[in-house]
Amino acid sequence: MKKLTTALVAGVLAMPMTAFAADSDDPIVIPIHNWSSQIVMSNVVGQIFESMGNNVEYVTTDSQAVYESVRLGDVTLELEVWEGAFGASFRAALEKGGLHDAGDHDAVTREDWWYPMWTKEACPGLPDWKALNDCAELFKTAETGDKGRYLDGPVDWLKHGQERVAALGMDFVVVNAGSAAALWAEIGAAEADKTPVVVFNWTPNFAEAVWPGEFVEFPEWVDGCDKDPSVGPNPDALYDCGNPATGYLKKAAWDGMKDKWPSAYDVLTRISFTNPQIAEMAKLVDVDEMEPEEAAEEWLAANEDIWKPWVETGS
Amino acid sequence: MTLVADMPGAANAQGLSQSQKAGILLLAAVALMLARPILPDAMVRLPEWAIPPLAPMLDALFNFIKDDLGLIHLTRFLTGQLEVLLDATANLLYGKRRWPNLGPIPWPAIAAAGAVLGYALGGWRMAVFAGGTFIWTALVGQWKIAMQTMSVLTVAAPVAFLVGLGLGILAWKYRGFDRVIKPILSVLQTLPFFTYLLPAVIFFKVGPTAGAVATIVYAIPPMILMTTLGLRKVPAEVVEAGKMSGCTRLQMLTRVYIPAARTEILVGVNQVIMLCLAMVVLTAFIGMPGLGAKLLSNMGSFKIGNSFEIGVTIVLLAIMLDRMSKAWVLKQPEHFERGTPWWKRNVYLIGFVGAFVVFLGISVLAASLPNVLADDLSLRNLPGYIGGILDEVTRKQSLSNGKEIDTAIKGFLAIDGIQAVTEWLRWFLNVKVLIPFRNAMLWVPTPAFILLVMAFAWWLAGRREALIAGLFFTLVAFSGWWDRSVITLYTVISATILAMMIGIPLGIFASRSERWAGRILLACDTAQTFPSFIYLIPAIMLFGVNDVAVVFSILIFATVPLTRYTIEGLRTVPPEMTEAADMSGASRLQKLLSVQLPLALPTMAVGFNQAIMFAFFMVIIAAFIGTQDLGQELQRTLAGTDLGKNFVLGMNVSLMALTFDLIITKWAETRKQALGLG
Repeated sequence: MKKLTTALVAGVLAMPMTAFAADSDDPIVIPIHNWSSQIVMSNVVGQIFESMGNNVEYVTTDSQAVYESVRLGDVTLELEVWEGAFGASFRAALEKGGLHDAGDHDAVTREDWWYPMWTKEACPGLPDWKALNDCAELFKTAETGDKGRYLDGPVDWLKHGQERVAALGMDFVVVNAGSAAALWAEIGAAEADKTPVVVFNWTPNFAEAVWPGEFVEFPEWVDGCDKDPSVGPNPDALYDCGNPATGYLKKAAWDGMKDKWPSAYDVLTRISFTNPQIAEMAKLVDVDEMEPEEAAEEWLAANEDIWKPWVETGS
Repeated sequence: MTLVADMPGAANAQGLSQSQKAGILLLAAVALMLARPILPDAMVRLPEWAIPPLAPMLDALFNFIKDDLGLIHLTRFLTGQLEVLLDATANLLYGKRRWPNLGPIPWPAIAAAGAVLGYALGGWRMAVFAGGTFIWTALVGQWKIAMQTMSVLTVAAPVAFLVGLGLGILAWKYRGFDRVIKPILSVLQTLPFFTYLLPAVIFFKVGPTAGAVATIVYAIPPMILMTTLGLRKVPAEVVEAGKMSGCTRLQMLTRVYIPAARTEILVGVNQVIMLCLAMVVLTAFIGMPGLGAKLLSNMGSFKIGNSFEIGVTIVLLAIMLDRMSKAWVLKQPEHFERGTPWWKRNVYLIGFVGAFVVFLGISVLAASLPNVLADDLSLRNLPGYIGGILDEVTRKQSLSNGKEIDTAIKGFLAIDGIQAVTEWLRWFLNVKVLIPFRNAMLWVPTPAFILLVMAFAWWLAGRREALIAGLFFTLVAFSGWWDRSVITLYTVISATILAMMIGIPLGIFASRSERWAGRILLACDTAQTFPSFIYLIPAIMLFGVNDVAVVFSILIFATVPLTRYTIEGLRTVPPEMTEAADMSGASRLQKLLSVQLPLALPTMAVGFNQAIMFAFFMVIIAAFIGTQDLGQELQRTLAGTDLGKNFVLGMNVSLMALTFDLIITKWAETRKQALGLG
C-alpha cells in the first residue's frame, strides 16, 4: 500500500520535476522537540517527503538551539516557529544568515494568562482581567501573603508578567516556573480539589484537551504597547495590554535546502496547517496514546484531501 | 582585592591554635557584617566596573581555538568516525537504516543472550534478573527507546574505558602528567553536566554524537583514578617475578601490572558504566533520542504514569549493569587443566551464542504469527499473545499502564491528610525557614561572606584549605554572578542540613540490624538510580513552584549517601571499642553518642561530602521547577551559543563544590589519623 502511494506520487511528480535537479539522496534532517503537536507534525511532513522518494531522518533538539543548527545545515528545517516563544531566536539566526522564512501556517498562536474552567466557578466575573483582580485573594499561596499568585512561564520566555502586574496595578505576585512541565504539574495538583489557579499558557496546545479553560481578557493588544508608554490604558507604562491574540506560526528552512532537495523544498513552502489540525495531531498522541509515527500515518490516511494538493501541484 | 586588606589580622596571629585563628576570621566577618549600614557599596558587592568581562573573553578564546586553530575540523572529523560506530550499533539494536543494515536484532535474542551472560557472571539469580529486565522493557513497549539509549552506551562506555585506561597508565608512569591531570579531574568531576553539554553540541554536532562525547568525557575521570590507584598497589614481589621471567616492557604492562590491578580496573569499569547510563539519560537535553528524551517529552505533556514506567526501566537497567559488572569484579579468572577440550573452556561463550541464535530463529519464525492485542489478553489466548510478541511488541500489544498509574499517583497526592501536611510544611519551611535564611545569606557583604567561608575552612581543615577557599570564593565574586552563586549555595546548604536530619537517624536505625541495613541500602540504590529529573514533578505537585519543592527534590538525592555512609561507618566501628563501652556500663545512648558516632564520624564525613556534591548536581537540574540561581542561567545558555557564559557559570558551581570537597576530605583524613583508624 505504502509502495503504491510512493509510486503514484513519484509518477505525478516526475513531470514537473524535470524542471529541477532531482532531490539529493542524503537524508532530510527534521528536528523534533518536546511537545506532541510538533513531533507529530514533523512525522507527517517527514512521511510526505518519504512518499516523494526522499530519505528522512529525525533528531531530537532543543527548541531554541535548533535555529543555530538549521543555520549551519545540521538540520534542514523547522516546522513550528512560534512568534511569541521562538521569534527572538529565529530573528537572531536570521540576522546571522544561513536560514530563511519558508512561509506561515494558517494557524495562529496565542500566549497569555490562562485559567482552567473550575477557576471560573470561584470567580464568576472571568475572563475579564478586572474581575480577576477583584478575586486576587482566591489565588494566594503560603509565600504570597494576601496577594494572588500568577505562575508565569520560565524567565527566559520573557513574558513580562511582572511589568503587566505593575502597569495595571494588579494585586498579584508573579512567580516564574522553570519549565512547561512545572506549569502542568501546578495545574495537575490544583485539579484534585479544584483550587483556583491562573498560569501562563498558549494555544495550540495539548493542555486544552486535558483541562478545558480560557484566556484572561486583558486590554486588547495595540501595536507599540511594548515600546510606547502612551499606548494602552496606562499612559505611563509599557506592557499594559494583553498579548496579540493572533501570533504567527512559521516554517523555517536552511538556505541550502532549496538547491539540495528542490521538490521537497517546494512542498515545504506550500505546507500549512490550521489550529484544529494541529490540535488533532497533538490529541492522537496525548489523549489516544499513539506513538508519533503511528499518529502521523493515521493523520495522513484520514486527511489526504489536505496534503495531496501540496504535493501534486508542484510546478 | 578587598580581601588582602582584611588578611593581616589573621596573618599576624602565628602562635595561635587552629580554632583561634578561625575565630579571628569569624570576628572579622562579624565586624564587617555589623558595619554593613556604614560600609561603602563597593564593600557590600563588587561594583560592576570591577568585574572583568570573562564571558566575552572566553568566547573569543573558544572561537580562536575553534575556527582559527581549526579545532572544529578535527572535532568534526572525529564526529564522522564516531558517527559510523554509533550508526552501526543503532542499526543492530533498533534498526536505523545504516551500515551494516542487519538490525534490528529481535528482543528475545538479546534477552536470552543477556540471561546467559548473567548466569556466567552471577548464577541463576543474575540470569533471571537480566532476562527479566529485558522482558519488562519489551513488554511495557519501551524496547526501541531503551535500545536507542543502549546503542549510545555500547559505544560510549568502551571508548571511555579505553581512553581512561590509557590516561591512567600515563599518569601512573609519569609523575608530571599525574600532577597536571589531577586538578583537571577534580574540576571535571564537580562541573555541572550542563557545562558538558553545550561544548559537545558546538564541537560535535547536535544529536547522538554530541551526546556520546559528553557522556564519554563525563565517565572518564573515575576510570583514570582507579587505573592509577590499581597500578600503584601492585605488590613489589609480583613485579619482581615478572622481571625475573624476562618480560619486555609491554609484557610487563599487559601480563603483570594490568592483571594484578584487575580488581581496581574493573571497579573503574563499573563506575564508567554507571556514569555513562546516568549521563546518557541527561543528554536528552541536547537531543539524544532514547529513554531520556521520551521522559522529557512525557513530562512536557504531563504523563506522570508513563514517566514513572520509564524511570523503572532505567532503574532496572542500571541495577542490572551495576550488579553484573560488580559480579565480574568478584569473579576470579578460571584456570583449566592442560588438555581441557575447547568447548569446556568456552562453555559460557557457546551458551551465549547458542541462546542468541536459537531465539533469533524463534523470533524470525514468530514474525508470521498473528498478533493478539493487549486489550484482548486472557488466560486462554496467552500462548497466542506470547507467540505474537516474540518478533516485536507493537504499541497495541504492550502492557503499559501509564493512565492507571497516573490516576493512582494523582489520587495519592489528593488525599486530604497528605495535602494538609504538605500545605503546612510548605508554609512553615518557606515563610519561617527558607526565605529568611536566603535573605540573610544575600544580606551578608561579599568580603564578610568570603571570610566566613575561610573561617569555616580554617577551623575544620587548616591554613592551606582556608587560603584556597578564600581564593575560590574571591574568583566567584569576580565572575559577576555572586548573588546567583549565593542562592545556589543557600539551596545546597538547606537541602544538606535537612538531609542530615533525615539520613543520619535513618542510618543509625538501619545499622542496628543486618536485615534493615540491607533493605534500606537497596532503597538507597533505587532512589539514586532513578533518573534525577523524575522527582521534579511530584515535588511540584506536593509543594508548588517554590523553594520547598526545589529543596525537596534535592533532599532525596542528598539523603542517600548520608544514610549509606552512616550505616557503613557504624558497622565498621571496631568491636573491641563497643565491648569496652559495654564493660564500662555505658547505656545504649551513651555508647552511641560517645563511642560509636565519634568513631564513625570520618566515614560519615565521606557521605556528607557526597551529599553536598549530589546537592550541587541536583540544584542545577532543579532549575526546571523554577529557581533564581546559577542553574537557571545555565539552563538558559543551553538554548543558545553562549559558550563563555556557560563555562563561567559552570566554573562557579565547580569552585564552590571543590571548596567543600577540599575542606571535608582534609578534616576526615586528620580525624582518621587522630583516631588511629588508618
